[in-house]
Amino acid sequence: MSADDRALPGTIFDESAILSIQDLSRMCAVDERHIVEFVEEGVLSVVNVSSEWRFTGDALRRARLAVRLERDLELNLAGVALAVELLEELAQLRREFKARS
Amino acid sequence: MEFKDYYKVMGVARDATEAQIKQAYRKLARKYHPDVSKEKDAEARFKEVGEAYEVLKSAEKRAAYDQLGKDYRPGQDFRPPPNWDSGFEFSGGGPGDASYSDFFDALFGAQARAGRGGRGAAHPGHGEDHHAKVLLDLQASLNGGTRSFTLRMPEIDADGRLVSKERTLNVQVPKGILAGQQIRLAGQGAKAHGDGAAGDLYIEVEFQPDPLYRVDGRDLYLELPVAPWEAALGATVKTPTPGGNVELKIPAGSHAGSKLRLKGRGIPAAQPGDFYVVLQIALPPATGEKAKAAYAALAAAGAFNPRASLGV
Repeated sequence: MSADDRALPGTIFDESAILSIQDLSRMCAVDERHIVEFVEEGVLSVVNVSSEWRFTGDALRRARLAVRLERDLELNLAGVALAVELLEELAQLRREFKARS
Repeated sequence: MEFKDYYKVMGVARDATEAQIKQAYRKLARKYHPDVSKEKDAEARFKEVGEAYEVLKSAEKRAAYDQLGKDYRPGQDFRPPPNWDSGFEFSGGGPGDASYSDFFDALFGAQARAGRGGRGAAHPGHGEDHHAKVLLDLQASLNGGTRSFTLRMPEIDADGRLVSKERTLNVQVPKGILAGQQIRLAGQGAKAHGDGAAGDLYIEVEFQPDPLYRVDGRDLYLELPVAPWEAALGATVKTPTPGGNVELKIPAGSHAGSKLRLKGRGIPAAQPGDFYVVLQIALPPATGEKAKAAYAALAAAGAFNPRASLGV
């Protein structure tokens, strides 16, 4: 058996994953009401609005970041939304900068 | 274990008010929070600050700490007296995934941990998910393949203490993963307490700088040096791409910065990215009589002002 056979199969989470609000709430250890607040504040975006809310895997990363910022920096929701947005922009700029230098 | 001076960690006086402590915490948290800080030892400092705040923000814990700390200096060897905490009531609750020092645990450990709860409580029997970040080479995303990652995981040992455990995982990297995305490994998170399913492991990916290609979303960029005559007259030159070397046709009249697109040869996906070749003009050195004569002939061939765009 080669090392490749034993390797754990990884899947890309961000696009393939479709999460319910219950999934997100459990994975971030916050209640569903809080996820709704993140959506209302624009921290998270909903993929399927029509019937039941659905989120992509990327929402998990954003939601966890938002929960950490809110808890550790004692930010309010608007502050969290702004910080998440700016942090993502910063990460993108850093990536581009690193690639060019 | 060493006695920790939480007032010193937070940079506040021993008689600081609640508001001053809160203010000091927010300032330090913004400076050292691992999500926002670029300081070298941000994570360690943030934990220290979080722990100090956890004690000083709570009137009960602060009173107990002050009572105990009267006779200690920071760094001094510390042994909690037996039953020292009798007569204090702790309401617990604190940062969810913070790990505290032995000093903190000796003082407040059992109470604070008991009060924390919350995590996984909504789903009894389901193991906690774990999250990690890794640096990945671009080739792994382009071609897939197995990579081994060494991750440090906090674990609660048999005595209920928080310990850091290292483990190495061989992972089949999914083709087409992008920077900022997560790889999910089912069942590789924490074991369930009961007989429920284990949690999952999520690994967030950033790319190591690639020696050849620059990544922009799904698109790849290669800077390709060409000789002046190759750009001016057109040529077919050997060019590296992720799928192997190709013969690339440079159209006549190309210039530095000209972009050539190879559609669909970027990072693979249902709609794959594109591969861009950006031309750079490499100047041949004017060494030797022949080369000098060629440059002189070129200069004599016609009026060329490389600075025309500067208006001079």
